[in-house]
Amino acid sequence: MKKSISCEHAVEMIPDGASIMMGGFMGVGSPHRLIDELVKQNKRNLTVYCNDAGLPGFGLGKLIATKQLKKLVATHIGLNPEAQRQMVTGEMEVELIPQGTLAEQIRAGGYGLGGILTATGIGTVVEEGKRKVEVDGKTYLLEKPLRADFALIRAYRADYRGNLEYMLTARNFNQVMAMAADKVIAEPHLIVPVGMIPPDCVGTPFVCVHHIVERGQYYDYDGR
Amino acid sequence: MTMMDDKTIIAKRVALELEDGTLVNLGIGLPTTVPKYLPPAIEVYFQSENGIIGMAANPEEGMETLALTDAGGGFVAAIPGAVSLDSTLSFGLIRGGHLDLTVLGGMQVDEKGLLANWMIPGKMVPGMGGAMDIVNGAKRVIVAMTHTAKGKSKILKKCTLPLTSARRVSLIVTELAVIEPTDEGLVLREVAPGVTKEQVIAATEAKLIVPDIVPVMPISEEVAA
Repeated sequence: MKKSISCEHAVEMIPDGASIMMGGFMGVGSPHRLIDELVKQNKRNLTVYCNDAGLPGFGLGKLIATKQLKKLVATHIGLNPEAQRQMVTGEMEVELIPQGTLAEQIRAGGYGLGGILTATGIGTVVEEGKRKVEVDGKTYLLEKPLRADFALIRAYRADYRGNLEYMLTARNFNQVMAMAADKVIAEPHLIVPVGMIPPDCVGTPFVCVHHIVERGQYYDYDGR
Repeated sequence: MTMMDDKTIIAKRVALELEDGTLVNLGIGLPTTVPKYLPPAIEVYFQSENGIIGMAANPEEGMETLALTDAGGGFVAAIPGAVSLDSTLSFGLIRGGHLDLTVLGGMQVDEKGLLANWMIPGKMVPGMGGAMDIVNGAKRVIVAMTHTAKGKSKILKKCTLPLTSARRVSLIVTELAVIEPTDEGLVLREVAPGVTKEQVIAATEAKLIVPDIVPVMPISEEVAA
C-alpha cells in the first residue's frame, strides 16, 4: 500500500530542472493528471523525453504552452505548432531522434546496455557527430543509452504492489520508459487488488515502480 | 484524359502492389487512402508504428476506443486477432525485416532513388518520427506522391532537402507514372491513363530511362479496383 500517493504529492517530488521520461503518443497514453499537476505547480526548466510534443492543449502540449520545458527530446513535433515556434525561436531546445532509435536508446538505458547499434540514420543528418561501427561488413551508428531522473507512466491498471498493465496503443513508450528512470511514478486508470492482474498480463513488474498515483477526480481513459 | 483526380490515380495504382497476407505500414496522408481500393479477396495486415498490427479503417461513430489510435492520434478500429505492441517491439518488427511493405509520401526523390520527406530547413521541421526506421527496415518501400509541387518536379537529379535514408526506394507512384529506381537509374515502367511518355519526361527533372514499350497503369475508373 505504501506505493499509492496523491497526484499533488507525486509532483512535489519533482524539482525544477528535472529530467523526465514521459509516455504517450500524440497524447494517447500520456500521464494526463500528472501533466496537469506539473502545470499547476509550475515546475520549470524541465528536460522531457517523449515521442512527440502532443497537440495544442492536449498531452505534453499543455507543458509546452506554459513554457515549462528547457529541452524536448522527441521524434516528431509536427502536430504542435507552438513546439515548432519555440524550437525556431530557441525558447525550447529540441532534439529530434528517429522513433525506433529513441525507443532502443531508452531500452539500453533501462536494461543496462552500453548503447545500441542501428543502421537507421546512416547517410542522413542523424549520423553527424556519431561513432560508426562495422559489424560483419555492415555499418551501424552507435547510439548511447538514455535515462532520466523520473519516468511518468500511464497505465491501464495497477495493483497495490505496483504491477502495471497497459491497454492497446496507450502502451507505446510507457513500458520501456518504466525501466529507464531513477524514480518511476505510474498513473493508472484503475487501481485493483493484488492478484487481479494475471501474471502474463503484467507489462511492467512492480519492482520497477516506486509510486502509483491515487485516483482523484474522474478522468476518461485518455484524459479527454 | 481521365476523370479520376490525381490522388485517386495514385492510391488505386499503389493498391495493386499490396499482396495477400503481408504486413504493411502506411504513412500519413495519401497512403492511408490506399486500403479503399484493395480487391476484397486480398487480406493485408496493417501495422501502425504507435503500437498495433491489424489496424482497420475508422470505427463506426460511438464505437471509438479511447486507447486505440493511429500514429496521428486518430481513432481507428482493429480486426479480430489484432496485436498491440510497445514501441520497442513495434520498431523491432520494422528494423528486423518483418515488415513487408511501406507506402509513404515524399517531398523529393532523386536519380539514385533516395527519398527526402521529413523536413524543410528553416521552414518546416516536423521531425522524422518513424520514417527513417521504416524506410531503412521495410522489405519494400513505395513512395506515393504527386509528380510535381507548384509546377516543379519532385523527381530530381539530386535531392536538395535532407535525406530520410541512404536506402534506395523500391518504386515511385505518381499521378503521371510508375517509376522504378534501379542500378542503372530511374526506369519509366508505366504511364497513367491518357498520359504520354513525353509528358512524363517533361515533368521530371531527373533523367528517365524509357523502354520502347511503356504500358498504361492497369487501373479502372470504377471505385472498386
